[in-house]
Amino acid sequence: MRSFTYARADSAADAVGRAGASGTAFVAGGTNLLDLMKADVVHPERLVDISRLPLDRIEDTAEGGLRLGALARNADTAYDERVQTRYPMLSKAILAGASAQLRNMATNGGNLLQRTRCYYFYDTATPCNKREPGSGCGAIGGVNRIHAILGASDQCIAVHPSDLCVALAALEAVVQVTGPEGERSIPFAEFHRLPGDRPEIDTVLRPGDLITAIDLPAKGFAEHSTYLKIRDRASYAFALVSVAAGLEMDGGTVRDARLALGGVAHKPWRDPEAEAALIGKPATPDQFRGAARVLLRDAKGHEHNSFKIELAERAIVRALTEAAERKGAPRP
Amino acid sequence: MIAIPSIPGFLREPNGPIGKPVNRVDGRKKVTGDAHYAAEFTLPDLAHGCIVSSAIARGRITRIDTAAALALPGVIHIFTHENRPSLAWFDRKWKDDDAPKGSPFRPLYDAEIHHALQPVALVIAESFELARYAARLVHIEYEVAPHQTNLRANRANTFTPGKDKGGFQPPPKPRGNPEQAFLDSPVQVDVEFTQAAEYHNPMEMHATTVLHHDDGTLTVHDKTQGAQNCHTYVCNVFGLPKSAVRVMSPFVGGAFGSGLRPQHQLFMAMLAATQLKRSVRVELSRPQMFSFGHRPETIQRVALGADRDGTLRALIHEAVQESSRNENYVEIVVNWSGQQYTCDNVRLDYKLSRLDVHTPQDQRAPGAATGVPALEIAMDELACKLGMDPVELRLKNYAETDPNTGNPFSSKELRACFQHGAERFGWAKRTPAPRSMREGRELIGWGMAAGVWDAMQGQAAAKAVLGVDGKLVVSSATADIGTGTYTVMTQIAADVLGLPIEEVTFCLGDSSLPTAPIEGGSWTVSTVGSAVKAVCDRVRSQLVTLAGKLDNSPLKGVAEADVLFADGHLIVRNDRSRRLSITDVMRGSGTLSIEEEARALPYLLARARHTFATHSAVFVEVRVDEDLGTIRVARVVSAIAAGRIINPKTARSQIQGAVVWGIGMGLEEEAFTDHRLGRVMNHDYAEYHVPVNADVPEIDVLFVEEHDDMVNALGAKGVGEIGIVGVPAAIANAIHHATGVRVRDFPITLDKVLAGLR
Ligand SMILES: Cc1cc2nc3c(=O)[nH]c(=O)nc-3n(C[C@H](O)[C@H](O)[C@H](O)COP(=O)(O)OP(=O)(O)OC[C@H]3O[C@@H](n4cnc5c(N)ncnc54)[C@H](O)[C@@H]3O)c2cc1C
Ligand code: SF4
Repeated sequence: MRSFTYARADSAADAVGRAGASGTAFVAGGTNLLDLMKADVVHPERLVDISRLPLDRIEDTAEGGLRLGALARNADTAYDERVQTRYPMLSKAILAGASAQLRNMATNGGNLLQRTRCYYFYDTATPCNKREPGSGCGAIGGVNRIHAILGASDQCIAVHPSDLCVALAALEAVVQVTGPEGERSIPFAEFHRLPGDRPEIDTVLRPGDLITAIDLPAKGFAEHSTYLKIRDRASYAFALVSVAAGLEMDGGTVRDARLALGGVAHKPWRDPEAEAALIGKPATPDQFRGAARVLLRDAKGHEHNSFKIELAERAIVRALTEAAERKGAPRP
Repeated sequence: MIAIPSIPGFLREPNGPIGKPVNRVDGRKKVTGDAHYAAEFTLPDLAHGCIVSSAIARGRITRIDTAAALALPGVIHIFTHENRPSLAWFDRKWKDDDAPKGSPFRPLYDAEIHHALQPVALVIAESFELARYAARLVHIEYEVAPHQTNLRANRANTFTPGKDKGGFQPPPKPRGNPEQAFLDSPVQVDVEFTQAAEYHNPMEMHATTVLHHDDGTLTVHDKTQGAQNCHTYVCNVFGLPKSAVRVMSPFVGGAFGSGLRPQHQLFMAMLAATQLKRSVRVELSRPQMFSFGHRPETIQRVALGADRDGTLRALIHEAVQESSRNENYVEIVVNWSGQQYTCDNVRLDYKLSRLDVHTPQDQRAPGAATGVPALEIAMDELACKLGMDPVELRLKNYAETDPNTGNPFSSKELRACFQHGAERFGWAKRTPAPRSMREGRELIGWGMAAGVWDAMQGQAAAKAVLGVDGKLVVSSATADIGTGTYTVMTQIAADVLGLPIEEVTFCLGDSSLPTAPIEGGSWTVSTVGSAVKAVCDRVRSQLVTLAGKLDNSPLKGVAEADVLFADGHLIVRNDRSRRLSITDVMRGSGTLSIEEEARALPYLLARARHTFATHSAVFVEVRVDEDLGTIRVARVVSAIAAGRIINPKTARSQIQGAVVWGIGMGLEEEAFTDHRLGRVMNHDYAEYHVPVNADVPEIDVLFVEEHDDMVNALGAKGVGEIGIVGVPAAIANAIHHATGVRVRDFPITLDKVLAGLR
């Protein structure tokens, strides 16, 4: 392994201060970063360990929402009673990801910043614009079964692999960040970027930025929501397609709707027009399919992943149907 | 020779441990971490190796620059083709017991690159982390040559292999007139199957630790299924006297065939240890586990012609498989199709296509796990066309004798497998029409398939030492790759000598022990177990002789056949009050220990005149989401006929493990090759999918009674492989029953089903 220095931050300010120097990375649970270092995909010169900062709490906010500490573990978040009852789709999404052991280690902040699972990104003998800008995209014309159908560019067709983030996108969470220039709040929809011609950049964070918390708004769609993950085996696999769906129902009519797709793009995929297509309409499979088609209207497949387009449509219909039927806040 | 009682369960003594679900004798060691694996042995000066893998699939190395890596403090040496010592020259020196025809791969031999991830350099450093870092600093330039890795693109570019590997039989000559008979058949099925390449991926990665002793001798801890195979290999390749090297592999963390041949980490560790005169460890990374040996990708065609009553009229089975450029890896893919069912017009054809890949390698039920599913899906399709129950179709064409040879089977209780398996599963309640069973949004499918595997036997020797304390140590250089060899051999020895299990120790995984072949092909119980029985029989005779000579012996004049061995005693069969303990016999006769060695051979005459095989019938329930195409195996019943079951507990584990793998083969396992790069891309456990616990339902295993006096002195056939054979087909057939969608392309991932659900 390449040599690196290791320091433990004793406060958020200390962490931000240390992260000013280039080549520095925060390490939280380490479940993604350390793997990438071992695979020689990333090679930070300095690790700043933030895992013991007191940013692991889950607290009610004044606005009636919930603040998830950036260092709260994925497992603790998923099993938190307030999350389970007020934001069941989030709990379900987390528990659909990784394995029990990984969820015990992984933090919420780290989950947002996990890198793609594109095979080429991990294999340093192959071209990859995300890993090595300008080297080309191995997945285009290569093995791309797990790749994007939406929002991709001719530079990169990778997907963001997180489950948690799909639910956060649907819930319109807000990412709280503190950085060299102070604190700021980033709406979830703006947090992750599309690859464009800079696929090496995943998010809008700037060097030295530390995620401190993720705020959930009061509205949790607890009564009518679900997270549906479709994958190649029953557990311990990334989503081929996943759907976070939340509805507000008025009898059989949809009053409000949220719909986000995972496994299909460089970021959780949302489209206000798709949601608008549901609002004020009856909760029927046809309506759901119509909304799915709006969400997927620009979808484009590659050699091995075109099936995701149809799969996503079917998954959306299923998820919305389940959400509409669901009453109360079921435990995952 | 004493006749074997034809009662399943016991071998020599009615209350002996044979047939009992004895716990693994090595279980405690395994769960307490006391079982040590190849990468866990050490000496104080141990150096660590890291292999550099080729970035290209074919071409040559034009430059290797090791300067930056060597400049790191703690990097000891870097071996490449440019600085390796001169080694054995002739191909035969590089051959091993499982080598197919051709020229074995020689690591660091020259600048040529033959396949992706080929080992091209070995970095030796004071720590593993340093070696791995330095390996990344080794700068290699290549001249790339065009490669071919795509079997589909090369399916016409084939040749017919000969008897190119031990255990391989080319397909029998055609019988009858299969093409015409097919055309004349009123009901026809003619379909093509594809099977993706699969990697063994045992939990323990391949590793070798060479301990360099002060006197210059080497102890080699290697992950292998044959310590002696590796011993011969390293002595030949490195020109070492046999006495200077001892290869050990007492514990192996799974292998599934990947350890049948010496793998390149063994060569690398030996190279470094002999050159540097130091202890060295080389362990492969998970991606490097994709750099050797795999179940080859296969394309098959099966054509069946039948009369309306289901009688098979024509059977054509053709297969094209990938091999490397340097060796003809062959496995029996199509021959089973001529053996399973009676049919007068049969043509079986097997071809290889050479690709720029490393040589494929036997993987659990090699050939059968690929070929039999194709046949068994085609049979299901035929049953559908005939409107006949799939079990009934198989019974209709049941082969009482082996149609390939005309010989009888030594035993074949496949019919009982069908019957008991179907009963246990509740097959009679199946409604035949596809999509006719459902629960909510889940379509339910019930499918079945038959399986077959050879019941082979090789030659092995075993040694037994009985101490005056009544403790017995039996040894043979076989392996236990998690299968239960330790336990089963202990049981056989304990049974023959009437000793409690705790008084018997079995030693294996050591090249200095009596000769045993590589552990594969489900032949270890048959091969080594027969030797264990033979050597214990000798000890038994000795004890009877000694007992008869004692003063006032209650056994005086009693013939050996009239003595029974139980509870550590010699007992007169028809007068149980006449008895002597083994320790009394030893002490009384002044015998400190009895040492015997014996060798067991297959019953060659019987083998020439019979076909020896294990059989299975597998019944599977799948649940398929009718909208999403997601597939879940909900239930499996596997009925096995494999002769006498020495230990129903370890045997059951073998079948269950094989069924789990069958689920993987059926639904998940696939190496994705980027043919532009000639490289497998999903080379890790996150993206190369094997079943997880959540994928695996209740697996109900039943062993049907099967008596076999010809297979070997134990009447046991071996169960390591038969468990996987029928599973992928039974799953595919169940998916068809659930959905009406027929997928002939393994693995059956949800996208393939979804395409049909539209
Ligand atoms: C085999 C496997 C399977 C998996 N399957 C799934 C799955 O199905 N679904 C899923 O969603 N996830 C899955 N994961 C990913 C897992 O959820 C992530 O690895 C985990 O969430 C990362 O969190 P961490 O705390 O370990 O991050 P780390 O590895 O410590 O860090 C990841 C990145 O985030 C940065 N970082 C961490 N915290 C902060 C912070 N507070 N502020 C700024 N930067 C920060 C680090 O610098 C680093 O770049 C899987 C992982 C593995 C290894
Ligand atoms: S899809 Fe993106 S991550 Fe994958 S190879 Fe292309 S550039 Fe790299």
